[in-house]
Amino acid sequence: MKQPLKSRNRSGIIERTLTDINNTLEQSVFAEKISRRGGLLQVVDPRIKLISMIVFLLTVGLTRQLAVLGILCAFTFLLAALSAIPIGFFIKRVWGFVLLFTGIIALPAIFITPGPAIADLPFGLSVTKTGVQTALFLILRSGTSVSFTILTILTTPWADLLKALGVLRVPDVPILILGMTYRYIHLFLHLTDEMFLSRKSRTLRKLSGKEERRLVGEVASHLLGKSLHLSSEVYLAMESRGYRGYPKTINVFQIRWVDWCYSGAMLAILSAALWFGK
Amino acid sequence: MAFELAENQPVYEVTNLGFSYDGQTPALEAIDMIVHPHEILAIVGSNGSGKSTLLKILDGLYFPTGDTVKAFGQILSEQAFRDDVFNFEFRKRVGFIFQDSDVQLFMPSVWDEIAFGPLQLGVEKQEIVSRVERALNELNIAKLRDRAPHQLSGGEKKLVALASVVSLAPEVWLMDEPSAGLDPRSASWLKGFISAQAQAKKTVVISTHDLSLVEAVANRVYVMDENHRVIAEGSPEVILSDRSLLIQANLCVNK
Repeated sequence: MKQPLKSRNRSGIIERTLTDINNTLEQSVFAEKISRRGGLLQVVDPRIKLISMIVFLLTVGLTRQLAVLGILCAFTFLLAALSAIPIGFFIKRVWGFVLLFTGIIALPAIFITPGPAIADLPFGLSVTKTGVQTALFLILRSGTSVSFTILTILTTPWADLLKALGVLRVPDVPILILGMTYRYIHLFLHLTDEMFLSRKSRTLRKLSGKEERRLVGEVASHLLGKSLHLSSEVYLAMESRGYRGYPKTINVFQIRWVDWCYSGAMLAILSAALWFGK
Repeated sequence: MAFELAENQPVYEVTNLGFSYDGQTPALEAIDMIVHPHEILAIVGSNGSGKSTLLKILDGLYFPTGDTVKAFGQILSEQAFRDDVFNFEFRKRVGFIFQDSDVQLFMPSVWDEIAFGPLQLGVEKQEIVSRVERALNELNIAKLRDRAPHQLSGGEKKLVALASVVSLAPEVWLMDEPSAGLDPRSASWLKGFISAQAQAKKTVVISTHDLSLVEAVANRVYVMDENHRVIAEGSPEVILSDRSLLIQANLCVNK
């Protein structure tokens, strides 16, 4: 159960860890639910989505017209709506991150890029037209790129996304390792959650800094021991089913009419963007 | 490589088997055991008696020193498993269900998990797809096909673990505490599943301390004590009625 955020600052390591684990698990469950919805992008073959994403990112990178970038950005919102992704969630997921990180990088460009001034500020600073354009380019480029990447990730189950990497000639070994990592991160999150819950049930007062550090050390060492044991057991389980150190993967993806339609539409839109964005 | 069994030849022959993880503390001592074709054999014993270790040795995952374990007439040794043909022939014949399903479910989705075994053994793609679908339907878990393992309940995980071995179509099933953590309905279903394997001419070896499972499905029982030795062998009727033996093996308490 999600902990109330207002108590977070006053809470100790146990409460904070439990809250963070629950938030992570909630986000994971929510993302998994979105990937199973019956929206537009969810029905497109993961391989097509992955290739489209790469072409889209290239197009965004090559576009030199702000208006075209704006249209591509609006297009990602349209795709989000057609894929049954809540727009509020989408904006928070993409633009919160982009504005925070890219915004900080882009902000000085508004003042230091030479060009015609559009507003004068104290201390001899001025906002230049070229500076604003540069900052907008940076923010829109990264925002639009992140938007499409997030759209691809949100609308594709993790297992399918990994298998689709095969189309980019990613070898089977990293695909298998990534899949197993994702699977066991969840197991260890649950395990950590249970360890902290068990400690919480036996804790009557707020722990001191020393006790908190000791608790974190105990949990970390237990998890390390558990992961070592689990890794050897998992390897035995793999060997038992014929694994010989050379993993093989399989996909049963099939290109359907919806994939051809989507590919055609994307090709037309991105060609137009490249043409008008010169 | 002759992996076909001759008439009346045992599936497993274990002779004076000893095993230690660290070279000092024994995990198994002087085990003699025979597993006949098409039988359901139960190995019972308390926690720490060495049942799981024994099953892992029978699955060619751990190797004792000396030629003490034979499967299908072949010696199970590290050397033998280095040979791809031997490994392939053995793995396609023997399926292992781990006690902890989380160990066995390492792929990102149920479908991939069930396909893993046949895929590693080089089965054709169409045949893999067909085997996975059959396993999903046989265990009535088709609705779970796209789920990730962390989204499954304990009972569902056990079913997926079974399905991941069903797709291998093994001749021999090794099951480590198969009823552990199952609710009564799932445990009852499991008994039916194990019995069905024997009716389909498969051999099943179960390690358990669940005596109700032994009573329901086993044809023959080996009892292990806390000194990691086999202390008795017999029919379930004889073994389960010997209260002093069960107390000695720490399988029931003296009230």
